[in-house]
Amino acid sequence: MVVTTSWYLALGAVLFSIGAVGLLTRRNPLVMFMCVELMLNAVNLTFVSLGAELGDLGGQLSVFFVLVVAAAEVVVGLGIIVAIMRRRQGATADDLSVLGG
Amino acid sequence: MSTVVTPEVLWWALIPVILLSAGGMLLLTVASIVRRLPDALPQAWTVITGLAVLVASVPMWNEVRDGGPRSYLGGMVAVDGSTVLVTAILAIAVVATALLARPYLAREDLPGVELYVLLMLSATGGVVMASADDLIVLFLGLEILSIAVYVLAALHLRRIESQEAALKYFVLGAFASAFLLYGMALLYGATGSTRLALIAEHLSTVVLLRDGMLLAGIALLLVGLAFKVAAVPFHAWTPDVYQGAPSPVVAWMAAGVKAAGFAAMVRVLVVTLGTHASDWSPAVSVLAGLSVVVGASVAVLQTDVRRMLAYSSIAHAGFLLLGVQAADARGTAAVYAYLVVYTLLATGSFAVLTVMGGPGDSAHSLDDYRGLVRRRPVLAGAFTVLLLGQAGVPFTGGFVAKLGVLAAAVEGRGYWVAGVAMLAAAIAAFVYLRILVAMYLEDAGDAGDAGDAEDAGVPLGARVVIGVACAGVLAIGIVPGPLMDLARDAVPVLVGS
Repeated sequence: MVVTTSWYLALGAVLFSIGAVGLLTRRNPLVMFMCVELMLNAVNLTFVSLGAELGDLGGQLSVFFVLVVAAAEVVVGLGIIVAIMRRRQGATADDLSVLGG
Repeated sequence: MSTVVTPEVLWWALIPVILLSAGGMLLLTVASIVRRLPDALPQAWTVITGLAVLVASVPMWNEVRDGGPRSYLGGMVAVDGSTVLVTAILAIAVVATALLARPYLAREDLPGVELYVLLMLSATGGVVMASADDLIVLFLGLEILSIAVYVLAALHLRRIESQEAALKYFVLGAFASAFLLYGMALLYGATGSTRLALIAEHLSTVVLLRDGMLLAGIALLLVGLAFKVAAVPFHAWTPDVYQGAPSPVVAWMAAGVKAAGFAAMVRVLVVTLGTHASDWSPAVSVLAGLSVVVGASVAVLQTDVRRMLAYSSIAHAGFLLLGVQAADARGTAAVYAYLVVYTLLATGSFAVLTVMGGPGDSAHSLDDYRGLVRRRPVLAGAFTVLLLGQAGVPFTGGFVAKLGVLAAAVEGRGYWVAGVAMLAAAIAAFVYLRILVAMYLEDAGDAGDAGDAEDAGVPLGARVVIGVACAGVLAIGIVPGPLMDLARDAVPVLVGS
């Protein structure tokens, strides 16, 4: 059995969907972050396999930028979570419902 | 000896990016070295940087008009009329936000430097988005813009609402970014390049036999962008974030972030994927129709003025999408004209909200605006002008802007969506009328009559912002010609190198 590019693309799509569904259903902010990471890395996998398929360096190059952005996003996200946890121990996304009309 | 080939750099075109990013980082460095910084310095610094960008955009505009649009840095970045116009809009929004921020920070007793630093860095991202000629550069610009705004939303350390708003904005923003990025990856797979000019060239010369990947890519891009500009059904975060985030930051979100988002949308959808407009234009029409209707009708049900303005900003996004779905030069010009007017309206309106708010960002319910005209006649008058502008009453800029996008939609045969938008505009007018009635006709009761000369208490910066916004909205409404010419000349073009 030959593993072709489409297998990798399918895996990327599956990982992306798992991340998206997880983000929408889980209530722990940390798990939600992990889901975002999963989505971004699914895109990375897609970029790399498409780059290999096309014989183009651009796909691999994009991954570097995405990795840096993902790291920056996590830093900011964790900062926000820590700020919230300081005020409310063990907060989940459901506890954050002060806003709304 | 081999020589290293470096890409061509147009330094003059990079001036806004350099000014804003260097301004932000320098301020951060100085503030962390000097222990007691004079209170006024960060604000003055930011205002001067913003004004410098605004001034620099004039020679840039002339250079682009005379020499044509150009692409540089190896075709990654380009400068055209739309780049310069959006840069100027962002500069105006930065100056306005900085002017509003200082009295707000003083009232809330918050540390004073971070807001300005993040504001300038966020604007840098916006300028990068407006000049991106490559999908990855566009993504980087978007993230530079968004990540700074996530922190800005959380800036009020003692209000749990502020942090809740930040977390919601962050999670949904990251979600949207992932969709956008997946769309970019699929677009790359379908066309073989991330460069916008090459994608457009590929799509116009090659007939794709299996275009499933392209269509999926376009759909995902659309979802990501719709989240960023807060179009229905991807708008759920907007009211909560507008209600929870610090008021000056909301002014920046409404004016700056939206302008950058639409600049990106026009670059990617209309210009790059213009050959496939029949694929995405119907979807954008649906988003536009839903946004105007839901934005206007849910705004009616709100009792918090900030939430009202949040829903009205969703309706405004719908009107802007109306110009995008036309997918031609006329629609694009209408979008840019609308963005200029909306920047004035949004910064002015949120300036009024910043002034009206009490400690802890309280006092934003409609009841707090009852009888305002007797307590603060000048402020009430200015808010009236801005609300009439948002409603699109003739002789205000809002009318010119709405007429532009509606005309573009009708021209592009988007009859039903134009009809829906006109209906929604009437509903939206009722929302603004509700605030006006509260201000003029209802009594404040016992609490409101405390001081009758409260207009004197409006900080100078807010006065400047509100005054300029009102004057601008009226001037554009009475003499719309110059803005129309400006918007028409700003139409973006892709330059392949």
